[in-house]
Amino acid sequence: MSDLPERDVPRAMHDLGGVPRYMCEAIDTEPHELTDFDREVDAIRQILGAKKVMSVDELRRGIEALPEAEYLRLSYYQRWTRSITAILLEKGVFSEAELRAALETSA
Amino acid sequence: MIAPGTPVRVREDWPETRGRCHIRTPHFLRGATGRVDRHLGDFPNPEDLAFGRPAVRLPLYHVAFDASTLWADGKPEAELLVELYEPWLEVLP
Repeated sequence: MSDLPERDVPRAMHDLGGVPRYMCEAIDTEPHELTDFDREVDAIRQILGAKKVMSVDELRRGIEALPEAEYLRLSYYQRWTRSITAILLEKGVFSEAELRAALETSA
Repeated sequence: MIAPGTPVRVREDWPETRGRCHIRTPHFLRGATGRVDRHLGDFPNPEDLAFGRPAVRLPLYHVAFDASTLWADGKPEAELLVELYEPWLEVLP
């Protein structure tokens, strides 16, 4: 038997180790194809890291801060773009207004 | 430095309930008792790196846990090996 106390402390969305609801699901270990979008996001993160703009630890923190519904809805690399955007806004690399303007131009 | 074989308890702390944080100690291990397997090296504290703060290098260990002490249906022969930073470990007598 477990000698640990009952865990009623809320857990962060990414911290799922040992959660019973995942115990009956087989893990898909097959490699999957990367899309052009995935590669582009990865390239952006690598450039930001190489230029010391943001670290992979900051990327992780940004992903972990996503609201649960968003986290579950987004794809793996979509989570990255959300995190990268939030961290760069936080650091003042660009402003909300600049981001909006850039998105409108590219649309 | 904590010697291999030393029994340790993972600190029962919940920084995620106190605001923004990045921690690498799994939820299911807080308060659990294990045994240091070996020292893996010293690495900058990811809890600080995640906020772009200066980070001191901390000893990182492989800590072994008996699955049956973590979950009621854990098999006694199943051992978990988890990477944990020294500030999360309390050395047991």
